[in-house]
Amino acid sequence: MTSALNARHLASADKGLLRFITCGSVDDGKSTLIGRLLYDTRLIFEDQLASLQMESARRGARGGGIDFSLLLDGLEAEREQGITIDVAYRFFATGRRKFIVADTPGHEQYTRNMATGASTADLAVILIDARKGVLVQTRRHTFINHLLGVPRIVLAVNKMDLVGYSQARFEEIVADYMAMAAGLGFKSVTPIPLSALEGENVIAPSALMPWWTGESLLGFLEEVEVEDARLASAMRFPVQWVNRPHLDFRGFSGTLASGALAPGDPVVVARSGKTSKIRAVVTADGDLDRAEAGDAVTLVLEHEIDISRGDILCAPSARPTVARQFLSHVLWMHEDELQPGRPYLLKMGAQSVQAVVSAVRHRLDINTLSPAPAETLELNGMGLCEITTLQPVAFDRYRDNRETGAFILIDRFSHQTVAAGMVEASLQKATHVYSQAMDVSKPARSVLKGHKPAVLWFTGLSGAGKSTIASLVERRLSLMGAHTYSLDGDNMRQGLNKDLGFSDADRVENIRRIGEVARLFVDAGLIVTASFISPFRAERDMVRSLLEPGEFIEIFVDTPLSVAEQRDPKGLYRRARAGEIGNFTGISSPYEPPVDPEIRLLAGEGDPAAHAATVVEYLRIAGVLARAEDAPLEFSI
Amino acid sequence: MSGSSLLGATPATVALDASLEAYARRFRDRPGRAKPLSPQLRRLEAESIFIMREVAASFEKPVMLYSIGKDSSVMLHLALKAFWPSPPPFPFLHVDTTWKFSEMIVFRDLIMKKLGLNLLVHVNEEGLRRGINPYASGSGLHTQVMKTESLRQALDAHGFDAAFGGARRDEEKSRAKERIFSFRSQSHGWDPKNQRPELWTLYNTRKAPGESIRVFPISNWTELDIWSYLAEEEIPIVPLYFSAQRPTIERGGQIFMVDDDRTPLAPGEAPQMRGVRFRTLGCYPLTAAVESPAADIDAVIAEMLTATTSERSGRLIDHDESGSMEKKKREGYF
Ligand SMILES: Nc1nc2c(ncn2[C@@H]2O[C@H](COP(=O)(O)OP(=O)(O)OP(=O)(O)O)[C@@H](O)[C@H]2O)c(=O)[nH]1
Ligand SMILES: [Mg+2]
Repeated sequence: MTSALNARHLASADKGLLRFITCGSVDDGKSTLIGRLLYDTRLIFEDQLASLQMESARRGARGGGIDFSLLLDGLEAEREQGITIDVAYRFFATGRRKFIVADTPGHEQYTRNMATGASTADLAVILIDARKGVLVQTRRHTFINHLLGVPRIVLAVNKMDLVGYSQARFEEIVADYMAMAAGLGFKSVTPIPLSALEGENVIAPSALMPWWTGESLLGFLEEVEVEDARLASAMRFPVQWVNRPHLDFRGFSGTLASGALAPGDPVVVARSGKTSKIRAVVTADGDLDRAEAGDAVTLVLEHEIDISRGDILCAPSARPTVARQFLSHVLWMHEDELQPGRPYLLKMGAQSVQAVVSAVRHRLDINTLSPAPAETLELNGMGLCEITTLQPVAFDRYRDNRETGAFILIDRFSHQTVAAGMVEASLQKATHVYSQAMDVSKPARSVLKGHKPAVLWFTGLSGAGKSTIASLVERRLSLMGAHTYSLDGDNMRQGLNKDLGFSDADRVENIRRIGEVARLFVDAGLIVTASFISPFRAERDMVRSLLEPGEFIEIFVDTPLSVAEQRDPKGLYRRARAGEIGNFTGISSPYEPPVDPEIRLLAGEGDPAAHAATVVEYLRIAGVLARAEDAPLEFSI
Repeated sequence: MSGSSLLGATPATVALDASLEAYARRFRDRPGRAKPLSPQLRRLEAESIFIMREVAASFEKPVMLYSIGKDSSVMLHLALKAFWPSPPPFPFLHVDTTWKFSEMIVFRDLIMKKLGLNLLVHVNEEGLRRGINPYASGSGLHTQVMKTESLRQALDAHGFDAAFGGARRDEEKSRAKERIFSFRSQSHGWDPKNQRPELWTLYNTRKAPGESIRVFPISNWTELDIWSYLAEEEIPIVPLYFSAQRPTIERGGQIFMVDDDRTPLAPGEAPQMRGVRFRTLGCYPLTAAVESPAADIDAVIAEMLTATTSERSGRLIDHDESGSMEKKKREGYF
C-alpha cells in the first residue's frame, strides 16, 4: 500500500458518510465490483492480497487473475458455490468521504439478506449484466429499495467488456430500466456503464468508453449528496431504558430518533398523553444544551410521570399516531408463509406488542409491479396488509419517519424474524391518545387470535367417533392459524378430576369441572374441543349456561349403539355386557340424545374427515372463524 | 490515591495507577469535555450505546466479554458512558488462558478495581490439568480448549443469555458477514447460512431458554476508528501497545516477546532486546510483535496509516487455514 491511500484515509470526510449497497440479480458482478473498489482504492493489505491470490488460483479464477469477489464472499459456503449468501459490510474512505458498503446477495432465496442491507442504505447500486439486461431480480430489488425508502439509485450496467463497450446496448438497458423505475419516486436514478472485472469506469473514467461523458462510479459516489431526513422530522424520543441508579435520579435513556430537543422543551408521552418538560439532557460528558437526531442521551423531566421502555416522547404540537390498526407494506422473509390471524410479536422501535395480520389486501406481482389479489404472502413476497395489535402503538408513516414507521414481526415460537413492515396509514379514524392502560379483555384476546372463542362439545356413545373427529377438526383449525385446545377423558380424568369415580354424582361433577375449564379457555380466546360421552341433557345444558350465546356448539356424534358396540375399540362393550363394568352408557345406563344440537353427524357411516369438514364449515358460516376485522374492535379502555 | 498497585511500586506501575485513577475519576466527577468528539466517532459511539442499552433492556442476564485489548477498552468505555450515571448493569468476564502477557493481567485487575466493576475471570481448569499449552499443543488446540471451550463453560456456568464481544467487521471476512445480534444455538454454534435478517435498528432479541445471543456493539468500527477514539477520548490502554525495549526472540520470521520463563529457548539462545509494540494482544506465544519506535498514540496512528499488513497478520491462530475464523465461530468462538 502506498501513501497515496494514506492521504485519502486521513483527509477529513467533508462529504460525510455514505452508506450504500450493491444489489441486482445473481452473478451480475456485485461482489466483484466492491472487491475491485477496495483493491483500486488500495484498501487491501499485503497479507490479505497474498491469501486472495492463493485462493483465486485454487478456485481457478479466469486466466490466473484475481477473483475480486473472494474479498467479499467470506463464508466457506459462498466460496464453494461462487455466490453470495449473506450481506457483507465493508468500510472504506477516500479523500472526500467515508463509505460503508453492504454487498448483498442476488440469489432470490436470500432476498431477506438483501433487505437487511437496504434498510440502512442512503443509496443502492443496482447492477445489471449488460448481456442480460433487466431481470426479475432487478425488478424485485428495485422495488424493495423503493419500499424501504432508499432515496437514490445508481444503475450500474456491468460487464461492458462482454458487449464490446457498446453505447447502444447501454442505452437500451437504461431505457428499459427507466421505464420500470419511473413511477417509484426515487430522488435520482443515475446510470453508469462499467466493467467491474476489468476496472473500467470504476474509480476513474475509462478510455474504452470515450462516448461516456458522465462520471466514474467512485467519482459519483464521492460527490452525491446525502440528506439526513431525520433532522427535519418532528421530534421523537423512544425510551429505551429507564436509568435509575438511586432514588435521586430518574432518567430516560434513548437515542433521539428524529428532530431536536433542548432543556425547557415541553414533551408529551405519545401513548398516555401525560405531559412534562425536559429538565436536563444528561450524558457522561456533561449535560447538553441541545441534542439532535442520532444522539444517545438520557433525559430528566420536571415531573414524576409514568414512563417506561417503549414510550415515545414528542412535542405536544406534533405527535405520532396512536392506534391499534394500521395499513402496512410487508416483506415476508420466512419459508413458512404468512398466516392471517396468527399472532406474531411486533417490534417497532422499543415497543414490543402482540399483533396479527388481520388481512392481506393485495400482494405485489413482481413481473408487472402491480397489485394482485392474495390471501397470504410467501417467502420474499411483498404486499399491503392490515395489522392489528393487542395494545395501541405509537407510530408515524414510514415515508414521514423511517425510525418510527418501521417494524419487524417475530414468530412467537421459533423466534425467527419473519417479516419487515413499513407503515403506510393508520386504520383508525381519529388519532386517539389512550389515557389508560387497556384491560386485556375477552374481545381483545379474540381480536388477537383472529377468531372467536368457542367450545365444540362432542357428545355421543362410547366408540361413536367423538375423539377421532374432534382431533381431525382440531388439526384443520390449527392449520388455519386458530388457537385450539382439546379436553377429553384422558387429560381431565388423570389430573383435575383424579378424585372422581363413575357414580352419577361424580359424573355430574366431572362434567361441571370440565365446563368450568372450558369456560376459562374460552375467556382466554381459544377454540376448545371437548369429547365426552356426557349422556345427560341437564349436564350439557349446564355447560351451555356457563358460556355466552353462540359460544357453546353441541355436536351430536350420532352413531347407533349396534355400530358402536361392533367397533368396540377398547373392548368396553364386551366387558360391560359381561357385567365387568357397571353404569355403562347404552348398556346399563341411559344416553339422552340432544334435542336440538348445533350439529348432528351421522357417524355410523361415512368418513371421519368428511364429518370434520362439516364441523369446520359450520364454524365458518357461524362466524367463529371470522377474521379479527369482523370482531368488535372498540372495546373498553 | 486509592488502591495500591499489584506489583512492586516501579515507576511504570505508579504511572499506570495514576492514569487509571484519573480515568475512574472522570466518571465520578464528570468534568465535561474540552473539545467535541469528531462527527464520525460521535455517530459510531451513539450506535454502540444504542446497542448496549437495547441489550440491558431486553435480556435477563447479559455479560460483557473483556479481553483487556484495545477493542475491549473501547467497549468498556462505551458501557461506562451508555448507562451513566448508573454503572453498567452487567458484569464483565475475562476468559483467561493463563498465557496472557503479565502486563495485561496487572492492567485488568487495576482498572476493574479503580472503576469498582464486577469482573469474573474464568480459566478452563480441566484444560490446564490436561496440560494444554500453546507450545506443546499447538495454537489450534490451545485456542479451542482454553478460549472457545472455556468461554462456553463460563457462559453456561453463569447462565448468561447475552454476551457482548468486541469483534469488528473490518477484522476478517467472515466477521464482515455477521449480524450485530448474532444468534447462537444451545451448543453456542453459529449458523452463518441461516442468520436472522436484521433490518434498521430493530434487533430481534428473542430466543428459547438455553440459547444465547452474542452482541457486537462495535461491529461497524474500523481499526482506525478505534485508535482515533482511544486518542480523542484519552482512554488508557495496556502499555504493550506502545513501543519499548522488550526481550524478544524470532520464530518463523516473526518476533515474539519472552514474557516469562515458559518460552522454550534453543540451547544457547538468549532473548534479544528490541524496540517493539503490539497491534493486537492475545496469548503472548501466539501474538507477534512489530518492530516500531511508536511510543505514543499519535505515533501509532501515523504508523498505522502507512501499514502494509492487516492487524490480524500477527495472530497465529488466524492462519491455520482459510475460513478458520468462520470454523471457530461455528464451534462457539467469539
Ligand atoms: N467479463 C466480466 N465478468 C464479470 C464482470 N463482473 C463480474 N464478472 C464475473 O461474474 C461472475 C459473478 O461475479 P460476482 O461478483 O460473484 O457476482 P455477484 O453479483 O456478486 O453474485 P451474487 O452475489 O451471488 O448474486 C464472476 O465470475 C465474475 O468474475 C465484468 O465486468 N466483466
Ligand atoms: Mg456477490
